[in-house]
Amino acid sequence: MAKLVLTVNGTKRSVEVSAEETLLSLLRDRFDLTGTKYGCGEGRCGACMVLLDGRASRSCQMPVSKAVGKSIVTIEGLARNGRLHPVQAAFLEEEAFQCGFCTPGMIVAAVSLLEKNEHAGDEQIASALAANVCRCGTYPRILSAVRKAAQAMGKAAAG
Amino acid sequence: MSERRRADDPGFELVQHEIPGSLHRFDVDRRDLLKILGGGVLVCLCVPSSLAQETGRASAAREPPKELAAWLHIADDGRVTVYTGKVEVGQNIRTSLAQQVAEELRVSLADVRMVMGDTDLVPWDMGTFGSRTTPMMGRELRSVAATARELLVDMAAEKWKTSRAGLLAQAGKVSDPATRRTLTYGELTRGRKLVKVVGENPALTPAKDWKIAGTPAPKADGRDFVTGGHRYTSDLLRPGIMHGKVLRPPVFDATLVSLDSKRAEAIPGVRLVRDGDFVGVAAADPWSAERAVEALEAKWTEPASPVSNANLFADLKKKVEEGGRGLRHVAGSLEQGLASADVKLERTYSVEYIAHAPLEPRAAVAEWSGGRLTVWTGTQRPFDTRDRLAETFRLPPEKVRVIVPDTGSAYGGKHAPDAAIEAARLAKTAGRPVKLVWTREEEFTWAYFRPAGVIEVVSGARRDGGIVAWEFHNYNSGPAAIRTPYEIANQTIQFHPVRSPLRQGSYRGLAAVANHFARESHMDELALAVGMDPLQFRLKNLSDPRLRAVFEAAAERFGWGKPAAPGRGHGIAGGIEKGGYVATCAEVEIANGRRVRIRRVVEAFDCGAVVNPDGLRNQIEGAIVQGIGGALFEVVRFEKGRIVNPRFSQYRVPRFPDVPEIDVVVLDRKGEPSAGAGETPIVGLAPAVAGAIFAATGLRLRALPLVPEGLPAGTRVSPAPSGR
Repeated sequence: MAKLVLTVNGTKRSVEVSAEETLLSLLRDRFDLTGTKYGCGEGRCGACMVLLDGRASRSCQMPVSKAVGKSIVTIEGLARNGRLHPVQAAFLEEEAFQCGFCTPGMIVAAVSLLEKNEHAGDEQIASALAANVCRCGTYPRILSAVRKAAQAMGKAAAG
Repeated sequence: MSERRRADDPGFELVQHEIPGSLHRFDVDRRDLLKILGGGVLVCLCVPSSLAQETGRASAAREPPKELAAWLHIADDGRVTVYTGKVEVGQNIRTSLAQQVAEELRVSLADVRMVMGDTDLVPWDMGTFGSRTTPMMGRELRSVAATARELLVDMAAEKWKTSRAGLLAQAGKVSDPATRRTLTYGELTRGRKLVKVVGENPALTPAKDWKIAGTPAPKADGRDFVTGGHRYTSDLLRPGIMHGKVLRPPVFDATLVSLDSKRAEAIPGVRLVRDGDFVGVAAADPWSAERAVEALEAKWTEPASPVSNANLFADLKKKVEEGGRGLRHVAGSLEQGLASADVKLERTYSVEYIAHAPLEPRAAVAEWSGGRLTVWTGTQRPFDTRDRLAETFRLPPEKVRVIVPDTGSAYGGKHAPDAAIEAARLAKTAGRPVKLVWTREEEFTWAYFRPAGVIEVVSGARRDGGIVAWEFHNYNSGPAAIRTPYEIANQTIQFHPVRSPLRQGSYRGLAAVANHFARESHMDELALAVGMDPLQFRLKNLSDPRLRAVFEAAAERFGWGKPAAPGRGHGIAGGIEKGGYVATCAEVEIANGRRVRIRRVVEAFDCGAVVNPDGLRNQIEGAIVQGIGGALFEVVRFEKGRIVNPRFSQYRVPRFPDVPEIDVVVLDRKGEPSAGAGETPIVGLAPAVAGAIFAATGLRLRALPLVPEGLPAGTRVSPAPSGR
């Protein structure tokens, strides 16, 4: 067991854990941040994605120690003062989900892409989200939502 | 004509929804089994009748209650609570059912809250499957709401000592236009129980007059799904909760010979549970539970299974169950039909086992308290799960409560109560609540599969394109949609049940996918044999106006008949199932001579009066995308009974790059009853794609998945003439 300090959604939190424990397990089972999901445990479905220093990262295989010193942002940390992130708002408007289980990972992956490049086109969006599985098959809607968010973020940046 | 049992008999179909075989045999089962077998008869566990006859909610009755109050409550602030045993697994019925209630009750959608799948609170229900929610529960709740509306008018009339005839129920109020008096529903009920019997045929609002139903209302609680706020079963916490993990045997039905648990039990906070062949642990955190199970040393004897993918289809044909369970439909004389045919074909089609792979794996949280058991779990059958828990733990059903949080999808895959039973067994010994979440590997291995099957078709047609003989045998995959919608005088259609080598059960559309794949592929083959265009050939043999209409609508939007671009091909398929009419057109492109890419899909769908147009489109799009997996590449690989690809890295599911341009045409028929839409939109995709591959390559693929490893090397890619 080791005492580690982590920055989660802007707050420093210290925790006593085995350094091999996964970041996913830490977030879900110790911090009760359950918006980040377990889907496969091998980094092949994207349900467990969180932002590490702004980059979408799969937390299910990542040892906690690798997240030390980085800014960890989960789906719970994307809205600001109750205002949804443009990607969240677009998913809601486009009804880009059915069961919703993949949604946090999809949103995190899209935020990571658009924060760097709000001009991303369909090909770039599809390739950035290719690691994420939506078993309900709402990909066409997710694509529309990410397009819409890109426009909103582009406008906000220009304005 | 003889017909032992109709394919659309819900009792018959239920057979496919029941998951045979239990994952665990607890010791207590064996002791009881000996007692039972000692008497030479099989006795069911009977619940004392005093408990079974408890009335109202939570009753053990197997009929929908007639009392209004069991279904609906209006609080003094006018808010409406509706109780239903259906569960939300992504099909959006929390929204669509609430729309139907709001419509009939004349309240705003925001004032309706649905309590779903909580066995202590809602009326008994068989389960959420078979596309029954919209046609049956939707109708039931509309009747409930209409009865409540009329009762509220009666109550206002009584209060005002006036005739009910001139009173209006609208916007959550009853008003008297003559006197301009109004009373809100809350003022009328003051939160009291609504006492009335739900009418047999209350006046329901026709779909053409709908204002709330029939509109694209957004998903209930949608915001919780984009903020991570929604709590699925796997996200729940209870005070003092422990985390469970089960030791899985090497294969299904293995027997535990010995167990050394010393190292596992040495891990702090670990509680071992061994009961019969069931071995599991509860621990303070999932990490420790996992380490503990890894530290267990178990020896098993494995039943020998000689079956692998390589000999699966021969095995299915060999193990046909004799006796009356198979459906058989005979009309006319096959022999005479074949004798009059100019063209005869005999073909065999097959489908592999595939997995549902819901993104939320099976999970349960179990808590024992004061002799009562409460289990939160993602199941499509909360009451069946309750009954199975009651049987397993020797409790009257009233002592067991099952609660289903809105679940991370199911697709027919969450009928079995296994995770609930496992969590409850662990919690019983641990003396604390236990959460159990299956790993992806467990999900792929220990759930159950969409049945594999072999389908043999013999057919005959005249030169003019009229089909005169149709013989269709389905081995194991199932009887759903086995009957042909085409007009054929001479037919023999039979489903042959088989002892499946793998655990199998319900799946989106059941066997309708396999039966449509075989039937519609064969229609293409017959069309070719008589030299007709696939669409024209179908229309020639089809009289059902609604099926004709979806074929024509899909063909028109798709541009059927226009030549495909070089390297591409077009296919078309359709059918009728569970009250829905579907036609699908697909365009495929052959990349690098090997890879099949679906570029464009147009689907026309008619499920009667549409309750939520956007939710419906979402379901249709999703079914098409899910259908791509089973059509092109999904297959459960197994060797001598052992699953060998239980991971997303080994079992390919559709992802972004697999998704074509999708165009959905909805035929909204306001005059027809609303049918379910979660299943039938999946059935046309595979045969349409198979037809398109044939059109592009001349290669007729008769096995699903069509191209798990891509097209065979040396496949010639050329634009075939239209209709070939």
